[in-house]
Amino acid sequence: MNVMQRVAFAIAAGAGLAALAASAQQAPAPASSGVEQYREMLGEDNPAELWEARGEELWKQKRGPKNASLEQCDLGLGPGVVKGAYAVLPKYFADSGKVEDLESRLVTCMVTLQGFTPQEAKKNPFASPGKKVPMDALVAYVAAQSRGMKVNVSLDDPHARDAYEVGRKIFFYRAGPHDFGCVTCHGADNERIRLQELPNLTRPEGAERAYTTWPGYRVSQGEVRSMQWRLNDCFRQARFPQLEFVSPASIALELYLAYNANGGVMNAPSVKR
Amino acid sequence: MKNTKIAAAAGVALIAAGCAVTTMKTQGASDAEVSKVLHESFEARGQATLDRLDQDEVQRTCSEAQGKPLAKDAAQRLQQAQLATIKYPADGQLMGDWKRGEKIAQSGIGKQYSDDPKAVAGGNCYACHQLTRHEIAYGTIGPSLLGFGRRRGFTPDMEKYVYGKVYNADAFLACTNMPRFGHMGILTEQQIKDVVALLMDPKSPVNQ
Repeated sequence: MNVMQRVAFAIAAGAGLAALAASAQQAPAPASSGVEQYREMLGEDNPAELWEARGEELWKQKRGPKNASLEQCDLGLGPGVVKGAYAVLPKYFADSGKVEDLESRLVTCMVTLQGFTPQEAKKNPFASPGKKVPMDALVAYVAAQSRGMKVNVSLDDPHARDAYEVGRKIFFYRAGPHDFGCVTCHGADNERIRLQELPNLTRPEGAERAYTTWPGYRVSQGEVRSMQWRLNDCFRQARFPQLEFVSPASIALELYLAYNANGGVMNAPSVKR
Repeated sequence: MKNTKIAAAAGVALIAAGCAVTTMKTQGASDAEVSKVLHESFEARGQATLDRLDQDEVQRTCSEAQGKPLAKDAAQRLQQAQLATIKYPADGQLMGDWKRGEKIAQSGIGKQYSDDPKAVAGGNCYACHQLTRHEIAYGTIGPSLLGFGRRRGFTPDMEKYVYGKVYNADAFLACTNMPRFGHMGILTEQQIKDVVALLMDPKSPVNQ
């Protein structure tokens, strides 16, 4: 079988995963054990490769009112440098005057290089059932070019330092009808919601394990999900209003998590439950 | 201001000790700054309106503590104030139906913008607690409650404690992770009674 066929086979095998988990009622097992089996079936392959390939095409494709590609986009290491860029984001960009993560930076480049309006560039940031979006593919492509590299975000710039401090406070910010905040589920070691294991994001080991594996291919959804999606859905479950795509709070929080994960080795897109 | 002074003092101490002073900004972000960023970053959707970003006294105090326990006197003050919020049933009846209580413990529906606002909310107890032998998909953020009534005693005082704990958990443990189900209007009085029965009825699977 070629790579695509093996990936397709593994996706089909993954469909049996829910049934497998449902029948495994004999003993408490963490949700991760089923995903481990699925990873074994995949071997070296990862369904996210399909998104990575599509993302590379989109990166090079001339699009938008200016009919330009993203190949000259500066992701933080200079125009056109994709390799290693994800590992140093979020960071402060003087040209936009903002601390930006990958998704935000892609929006910026779609506006400046391709001529989309900010509204157009931010539209449909996440896939919905049956509807793939360019953003997921671009995120998968760029993140994959940092695979094996160490997370290395810097707080040397005062804007980044300020954003980190805001992100740290948001992590501990409890509100809403349930008094929830990030810290409710991610502030202690070895805890679970139902059978789902929860990383302690206040400690380097937990932050590294989580941060270095997003974006990820979500087996249960058949989609590659970005870090922006991950935070958006966490806040939904925490009963907050909707976190806006590439909002300052989302990027500040990512910077807090990324800084805590500094030194961890990027392995994204990973395969998630 | 107070934090800045402490931070400055700590900085002086570091220099005095001959340690390298890092480039980290020590005073952190102000509450006003954080509130501004949050209001710029979230949008109202469905039942999740923007007022949910604003904190009450408990939420503010517990956020500042950053996951660490409060000082003893601050914790006692907070618990006393929360104790005063608990409204016990007028009919004095605290025990409902454990079968309905089990359904409430299983259901995670409620208060998310993706939830139907008209749907009956659950307590989602199993998300964080072990309760019965038959449900193995339980979380561990809260303690195991398996055999709760049997272990604690099937007494009226214990029923009252459980009702109060579910109604407003902060009245008994300041800055607990557990939501204030009655005080915040997540569960109704009848639903809390049903959860009390799940924990306190000798026939409930919790006590088998």
